[in-house]
Amino acid sequence: MDVIALDWWQLGLAALMVVALAACTTLARLGVGRPLLIAAVRTAVQLTLIGLVLEALFASARFQWVAMMAVAMLLIAGREVMTRQRRRLTGGWSFGIGTLTMFLSSFSVTILTLTVIVGPQPWYTPQYAIPLLGMLLGNTMTGVSLAMDRLTANVWQQRSVIENRLMLGQPWQEAIGDVRREAMRSGMIPTINSMAAAGVVSLPGMMTGQILAGSAPALAVKYQILVMFIITAGTGFGTLAAVAATSRRLFDQRERLRVDRLSPPKG
Amino acid sequence: MPAPPDTQAATSLSLEAVAVGALEDVSLNLAPGEITCLSGPSGSGKSRLLRAIADLEPHEGDIRLGEQPQATLSGHAWRRAVMLVPADSQWWAEDVGAHFDHDCQAGLEALGLCPETLGWQVARLSSGEKQRLALLRALSRRPRALLLDEPTANLDHATTLRCETWLGERARQYGMPVLWVAHDPEQIKRVAKHHVRITGSRLETTPWT
Repeated sequence: MDVIALDWWQLGLAALMVVALAACTTLARLGVGRPLLIAAVRTAVQLTLIGLVLEALFASARFQWVAMMAVAMLLIAGREVMTRQRRRLTGGWSFGIGTLTMFLSSFSVTILTLTVIVGPQPWYTPQYAIPLLGMLLGNTMTGVSLAMDRLTANVWQQRSVIENRLMLGQPWQEAIGDVRREAMRSGMIPTINSMAAAGVVSLPGMMTGQILAGSAPALAVKYQILVMFIITAGTGFGTLAAVAATSRRLFDQRERLRVDRLSPPKG
Repeated sequence: MPAPPDTQAATSLSLEAVAVGALEDVSLNLAPGEITCLSGPSGSGKSRLLRAIADLEPHEGDIRLGEQPQATLSGHAWRRAVMLVPADSQWWAEDVGAHFDHDCQAGLEALGLCPETLGWQVARLSSGEKQRLALLRALSRRPRALLLDEPTANLDHATTLRCETWLGERARQYGMPVLWVAHDPEQIKRVAKHHVRITGSRLETTPWT
């Protein structure tokens, strides 16, 4: 079975639905009309460009191009993690911690999956490496940014409680324990929910794509389970590291709470 | 009959040339078992000084518990020994009892709290009950020195007297040096062995009149 080709005018029909939604929300003064349209335009432009980049990348399949693409994706994800936080760590620590933890978890899980589990020849074959890394980075980014945002916001809100716990002689890990658990939870909940609902409520995107492209459902399911597991591992380890590093940064050598290391909220 | 003093743990708390915020060159020696009152206008840095002694705020100078310098202990070990009870206590668990790791029935009674208090929800405590429970929570961890920030601000006169007596007894019993931020001259007369006052950026010892 061949994939049915899509024409630009067919995409235009889908775009009309988004425009209609934006018009409705604007009429109802709900304030999401503009961001909705901007995001829709970004999706179209970014995906079109990436389509061109991927075609060039697949044609050359050289390691350095694949690596460069991966680094670019990582840096953009790091920036995204930073902008999604209301109270950032000052001095570039939010970008640093976000990028480093995503690098450690997403890259190691992707490389492990490519070399040990899937095993394309060579292991960096861009048709496998880039989509896998993209899915991992995208999900890890969500987990890391949700967890870091929740952590910094709650530390700010509960700073008196944390300090009172310190006054009673609790080590910093114990004084911030509740906040840390809460942050870890909010980072992991989207992943846990999507695993729980997979196949029952939602048909995951990658599996749907493979089936549309003509794969046998049984193989598509296997790939989807693989992807779900590595996404969970990548998001989980990334979030774990980000929560640990961020909470450590909020205390100094003398275990004092340093809310002065958080910037005032933007906007 | 008063309990015999626990002299083994008794240590003094000494400050030398401590500077924090606008305060400079604060030197003070707090003897075991004695209460020293600290007063001064609002915003003069009383609470900040207490926070510096508890090492919750970066500061300069030398602070020692007995012979032990602050920096030789980890932050939490120092604060377990030199415990600060803030003016506004915070509670993180739903019920009162979860904040206590030791038995403290005797203390509840002495502070005029009913014995079932530990089973209550934090949300139903009055500000006066919170304040007394915060004192009890700190003392039940057996600190070796005590820093009190207006410990009786929300209490009526009779309860204030109860708290003063109880705190004085505990200080003597465990040989704890106590630094007590107070405004009321009557209270300072009742509880303090020494009185220091913040004037400008300095700490002055006030002679008894």
